[in-house]
Amino acid sequence: MSQTSWAYLSNYTIYSAMVFFTAAFFSHAVEVAFSVKNEEAVTKFDFARTDRAGRIGSTMMWLGFIFLFAGVIFRGISAHRVPWGNMYEFSVTGALAFTGAYLFALTKYKIRWLGLPVSIAVLLTLGTAITILYRPSAPLVPALKSTWLAIHVSAAIVSGGVFLLANCIAGAYLILDRYESNSLPRPRWAQKLPELEVLDQLSYRLVAFVFPLWTFAVIAGAIWAESAWGRYWGWDPKETWAFITWIAYAAYLHARVTIGWRGRKAAWLCLFAGSTFLFNYIYVNIYGTGRHTYSGL
Amino acid sequence: MSTNELTGISLLRWIWRQLTSMRTALLLLLLLGLAAIPGSLFPQRSQNPMKVAAYFKANPTLASWLDRIRVFDVYSSPWFSAIYLLLFISLIGCVLPRTIEHLKAIGAKPPLTPKFLDRMEFAQIVDVDKKLALDKAEKWLRAKRFRVRREANSISAEKGYSRESGNLLFHLSLILILIGVGVGSLLGFKGEAIVSVGDRFINTPTSYDSLGFGKFQSEGSLIPFSLTVTDFKAKYDLKTNAPSDYTLSVLTSNPLGSKEVARVIKVNSPLTYRNTKIYLQANGYSPMVTIRDKDGKIAFQGATVFLPQDGNLTSTGAIKLPDMNPQMGFVATFIPTYDRNSKRGAFSAYPEVLDPRFLFSAWTGNLGLDSGIPQSVYRLDTTNMSRIALKQLALHETYNFGEGSITFEGWKPWVNLQIVDDPGKLYALYGAILAILGLLLSLFTRQRRIWIKVEQTVEIAGLAKNAAPGLEQEILLLKAKLEEEK
Ligand code: HEM
Repeated sequence: MSQTSWAYLSNYTIYSAMVFFTAAFFSHAVEVAFSVKNEEAVTKFDFARTDRAGRIGSTMMWLGFIFLFAGVIFRGISAHRVPWGNMYEFSVTGALAFTGAYLFALTKYKIRWLGLPVSIAVLLTLGTAITILYRPSAPLVPALKSTWLAIHVSAAIVSGGVFLLANCIAGAYLILDRYESNSLPRPRWAQKLPELEVLDQLSYRLVAFVFPLWTFAVIAGAIWAESAWGRYWGWDPKETWAFITWIAYAAYLHARVTIGWRGRKAAWLCLFAGSTFLFNYIYVNIYGTGRHTYSGL
Repeated sequence: MSTNELTGISLLRWIWRQLTSMRTALLLLLLLGLAAIPGSLFPQRSQNPMKVAAYFKANPTLASWLDRIRVFDVYSSPWFSAIYLLLFISLIGCVLPRTIEHLKAIGAKPPLTPKFLDRMEFAQIVDVDKKLALDKAEKWLRAKRFRVRREANSISAEKGYSRESGNLLFHLSLILILIGVGVGSLLGFKGEAIVSVGDRFINTPTSYDSLGFGKFQSEGSLIPFSLTVTDFKAKYDLKTNAPSDYTLSVLTSNPLGSKEVARVIKVNSPLTYRNTKIYLQANGYSPMVTIRDKDGKIAFQGATVFLPQDGNLTSTGAIKLPDMNPQMGFVATFIPTYDRNSKRGAFSAYPEVLDPRFLFSAWTGNLGLDSGIPQSVYRLDTTNMSRIALKQLALHETYNFGEGSITFEGWKPWVNLQIVDDPGKLYALYGAILAILGLLLSLFTRQRRIWIKVEQTVEIAGLAKNAAPGLEQEILLLKAKLEEEK
């Protein structure tokens, strides 16, 4: 098959993945919305009624993941390289990592309720990617031709996916905490969420789990910069913000482990650290200068 | 001893204790992050001096104020270095004592069993023969590689010391990284040189276009090698015109005068001589022209380095002839693959040389080289000059402008070599590897204690550091094991 047909195949596979994510979105929406028995008092819920919708949602999520995975691989085949050379490819692979992190956590924790926000976030990311960020498949500029590209970028993307998942959970924590601290009942969509403490621990576990990976991503970047540009650290905007993200998460871990922060304060700090990551990804890629601007925009 | 001295010493002690406290260290860490931000928002001299100059032009007063607080050199500013140094001292001050303590603790026994186990987490009453309980428990705990302290009627066991070991390893590695960074900036050097194909570069300070030494480093430390650029090949993607591959072939001799060997330098694979590395950094074209005076005598012949202006390597530069009378200069553009349209005029359509043109304007008058102000070799100061010609030449064409003539003879590629010596980077690399190992060890080890006490009943309980999960199951397992008949 020719290079172009692989690229088309990749595009179609990614479109199909979006169809599955849309289906997952509707299933999860049904799961959340119809778990309330309207004829009875508002406080009565019957999750068994919508369990099937939830299960369908998870299946759709897995299918979307598999198709997206294939789409990323086909893109790589079409370009004869790892598929993360510009911002379109970063976004698609990032969406893959994010879904992967969610599905992985799903096998260990009861967080199916996250399916709704996760499917929305994935659809938005993929939608932006195929409309605004799309670039035809092309070879890499010489500086990107390195094994370290594969190592550095994949570590960064996976860390990013998990950071964002931790952010979703910290966000959910903060919203629910508002209800509970005012002794209000949880809103309907949140009836199935675990206890606040579980959310708190879960976002910490996720961060503690990927912090070493993020550290590794930064170090791999430095090793690559050394071989491509002659210095391992140059305070390029991208590097600077990667460092800031690293410090922010280190501060979060310290605040939890050594000062004993829990709950609200910790969740805010987690959101803050995650936003430095997003800032780096969005702002520095698009508006930034410096040597990391390979976004192709 | 006067009271003054006493307070002096106690003040120093107080400062030291404050500086090496955990809270200060964390604060400094956060401060380092904050201090790094302006450097990503304002242009930096070390990365992009042109942008800094443009900023000065656009906002002169603001820029001069910002410059006073070193906003354009954040990462070499005194305040950034101060935070960095304080963090360094603080880390040492707090990690070294902890390391010593930890080394002692490794040899020591776990702490005594607390008096009241029922107040501890996961406390359980175990239904087991009191005489056998401790033996059974000890056997189980030892098999699980707990460190066990057995007293007359209790056992205190602990596992997961490697959490603290990993934690200390991580923090000590950070110190190693900081040392590596420091050594590199004090003992290294970094320089750039533009070399045309066919030319020879000899590693002495005068061969460089720019060269910067660390504080404790000097010219004597340049290792004596030479490098002749024999060939440079650039490949471009036909659809996007983006470069896809650069190959630089050189003949090098090290030490100078030894037999030359052929080597290849690529973007991601520099040439290495011990700590010195030679990188391929940028490339462009040098157009070759011959300029004759009125009498037909050659006034200039050769290649001149021009700077690329766009992705298709439209390149601009200047040729200066201070020895002609009156002095002459040329402002010129080299177009590797010529195209033109009504909107842009002449431009380059492809970065390789397929159909080259040499566009120039010729000037006579005073080049202004004696004014004492350093001039860029790529620009002509035309304030005291007048233009006598404006022309476009195809390959091998000659134009006669009355005062003389100019012939477009050809072109040569040039490459920009970056030559770097960083003796600290290996420390930083080892530090980074150890830091990750330490981090993994500390984040994935669960540290916990388990106690058993035999009094009226047999009680077990435990405590997990940082609420690490899994202790409850472990205690239930132990309970089941003890209650097993046998
Ligand atoms: C003087 C400075 C520092 C001190 C005194 C310090 C102290 C500590 C302490 C006491 C812990 C808790 C370990 C435990 O009990 O399990 C810890 C953990 C940690 N520190 Fe530091 N630290 C310092 C600087 C740093 C720096 C500069 C970083 C880098 C970003 C850092 C990153 C971490 C990480 C990632 C953990 C692991 C958190 C966890 O166990 O979940 N620390 N540090």
